[in-house]
Amino acid sequence: MDQIIVQVLNGLDKGSAYALIALGLTIIFGTLGVVNFAHGALFMMGAFCAVITSKILSASHRVVDETRTDFLGNPLEVETFYVQDWFGMAAGQTIMEWAVPIAIIFAIPVMILVGFAMERGLIKHFYHRPHADQILVTFGLALVIGEIIKYTFGANPIQTPAPPAFTGSLDFGVFLGYEAQTIMYPYWRLVYFFFSAIIIAAVFAFLQFTTFGMVVRAGMADRETVGLLGINIDKRFTFMFGLAAAVAGVAGVMYAPIVAPNYNMGLDFLVLSFVVVVVGGMGSLPGAVAAGFLLGILESFASMPAIVDILPGINQIIIYLVAILILLTRPRGLMGRKGVMEE
Amino acid sequence: MSKSNFTRRGVIKTGAVAGAGLAVPQYLRADGHAGFTNAPGDSEVVLGFNVPQSGPYADEGADELRAYELAVEHLNGGGDGGMLQTFSSKALDGTGILGREVKYVTGDTQTKSDAARASARSMIEKDGAIMITGGSSSGVAVAVQALCQEAGIMFMAGLTHSNDTTGKDRKANGFRHFFNSYMTGAALAPVLAAQYGTDRKAYHLTADYNWGYTTEEAIRASTEAMGWETVNSVKTPLTQTDFSSYIAPVLNSGADVLVLNHYGGNMINSLTNAVQFGLRDAQANGKNFEIVVPLYSELMARGAGANIAGILGSQNWDWKIENQLGAKYAGTNAFVQSFGTKYGFPPSQAAHTTYVQTLLYADAVQRAGSFAPCAVVEALEGFEFDGMGNGPTLYRADDHQCFKDVLVVRGKENPENEFDLVEIVEVTPVDQVTYAPDHPQMGGADASLGECNNGA
Repeated sequence: MDQIIVQVLNGLDKGSAYALIALGLTIIFGTLGVVNFAHGALFMMGAFCAVITSKILSASHRVVDETRTDFLGNPLEVETFYVQDWFGMAAGQTIMEWAVPIAIIFAIPVMILVGFAMERGLIKHFYHRPHADQILVTFGLALVIGEIIKYTFGANPIQTPAPPAFTGSLDFGVFLGYEAQTIMYPYWRLVYFFFSAIIIAAVFAFLQFTTFGMVVRAGMADRETVGLLGINIDKRFTFMFGLAAAVAGVAGVMYAPIVAPNYNMGLDFLVLSFVVVVVGGMGSLPGAVAAGFLLGILESFASMPAIVDILPGINQIIIYLVAILILLTRPRGLMGRKGVMEE
Repeated sequence: MSKSNFTRRGVIKTGAVAGAGLAVPQYLRADGHAGFTNAPGDSEVVLGFNVPQSGPYADEGADELRAYELAVEHLNGGGDGGMLQTFSSKALDGTGILGREVKYVTGDTQTKSDAARASARSMIEKDGAIMITGGSSSGVAVAVQALCQEAGIMFMAGLTHSNDTTGKDRKANGFRHFFNSYMTGAALAPVLAAQYGTDRKAYHLTADYNWGYTTEEAIRASTEAMGWETVNSVKTPLTQTDFSSYIAPVLNSGADVLVLNHYGGNMINSLTNAVQFGLRDAQANGKNFEIVVPLYSELMARGAGANIAGILGSQNWDWKIENQLGAKYAGTNAFVQSFGTKYGFPPSQAAHTTYVQTLLYADAVQRAGSFAPCAVVEALEGFEFDGMGNGPTLYRADDHQCFKDVLVVRGKENPENEFDLVEIVEVTPVDQVTYAPDHPQMGGADASLGECNNGA
């Protein structure tokens, strides 16, 4: 039983990431009708916002220490951090350690702008083109972004640790009456799960309870009629693209301490997130979220040694098997709407 | 009125013959008169550097490439000469190889066997490379080594640690300077016993490819021989980035040691996850839980950051070894000086092994007086040398594996700078890591080099 609880917990954080990416994908597809294969790249850019913020906050200048030498025997140049110069040693250290949460403040406007630029600069030219063209151009864009990141930051993952307050693990099993150290769960993954829940709730609340959201939902249902009412729905949809980019971005920022960011992480998530969208039902926001958590947990279960011993490699294909099963029984996905992607 | 001798049938026949001739790979026809593939001209010779410039081992590949460029510079008489000053053989004099200027071409293996073979084939057929070197993945090294054997080209392996490279998949045209999984097990096990005791239960997470299998096999054999029990071993996909599903069950498995048979980005992520799940601070079976990373690299240590502190592993070489352990490891400081001056940071062990391999190849050609692969093979087989940073070293004739001391290292608790991340715990003498050429982990009695191949 303890192993099942462990894997459910594991699935929650992975599912949270899938859900957040799939949510953005669904928003873009539901509003603009674009299949955005660059969405994983937005998640990766978010993670690199955390890396960049961390690098900015730990910017330093070198001071020559004549009493020590470097590896070549030259006087050692000691790194001195600007934040410690400006705010003192302790405060400077704290600022550097909290780089990831601070990065969210930086990432939200940056990712919204990136979203606007992507939509206005490239994707709007493909609204009336077949989905295959949209997939090709956005996938190409994802590859270009990945290569730029690789050129700039290198190919190896870059460690971006969580603040010290959230390092270590919660002994979850103790709350359920198990022995100590039976079910350990890292604090930051718990933070990620709650953070995702808040973001998802905020997006739903925005769409459900604001006038802007109401117009967007109306536009998603019948774009032409909303346009005939004199509402500039295109402008609102562009904003929604920026919002979807920001959701993917903050999901990436907060994921950086879980898996060290690298240039390929967007593609790692992209395909699975598309499966999540299809399983959840094209255009269905609740479907995307539900399928994200469902498939995240299933993937974790399939990685259990007891299961892999019986079915080697099942962890690599479980998501696709479940997707096939669901699409055979419910062709529109779990919560798909009639008419979406059926013309 | 002129009368043409061309007929439709004749043109087709001639075209077919010419087309077939053009379709024959260049290495099967070029310089056939010289008796070997890609015989160089009088002025220059081309070497092929086949390294991962993308994929999970790209940082290792980048450092390998830097070292190759430095080696070429030194072979052509540039720079300060690096290890040419300390190398025990004095055949090389900075005038290229056999009087020919050394040129090079590069390829991207992408850490994929197919891509690596394609780029090696291109360097052989289109660029006329006389020798291919590189690696950073054992799957890639084994695949390219087999290709070079078929083509009659020398293969000087770069960073490849699997037993198979000079074990069951050994080839007459292939040589490896880097150490291997067996040596890691033999060097690491006594240190693990001394540090953590002989009553331990190990849980292995193993990269699901060639290198992972042989490393797990070697570590299991060595640790079980000294009394450890292996509780479980789980294969993990090479493309995995989040290892939480694999790490989470470890603490409840009855194990008190986690062995991460991972390298590069895999190792950075799996170690980070293990630390996140509290394994490094946990207690199991009344003991401190321990994590072991059999194959270390400075680049990985840099990527893993503070998570690497206190964790044991093994290395082929370390840039601090001559300063810490003396003149036995001469050549290290000369190389660090050259590399550090050119690039601004110390070299990794990947850079070291590729630099040394390039010089060893050039030296063998110089001593043999010929670029013909079979002559070079003969010059390298049984070659004993020193002054290349590892102490006295033998290129064993039976399997083309270098035998030298192996380093056991540990992640530093309080590194002074970003390059000083590991400390040398022990140097295991070469005698303790030497094995019989027909050792079961090396393919047993069936393993054979085959015949050397000069190609065309």
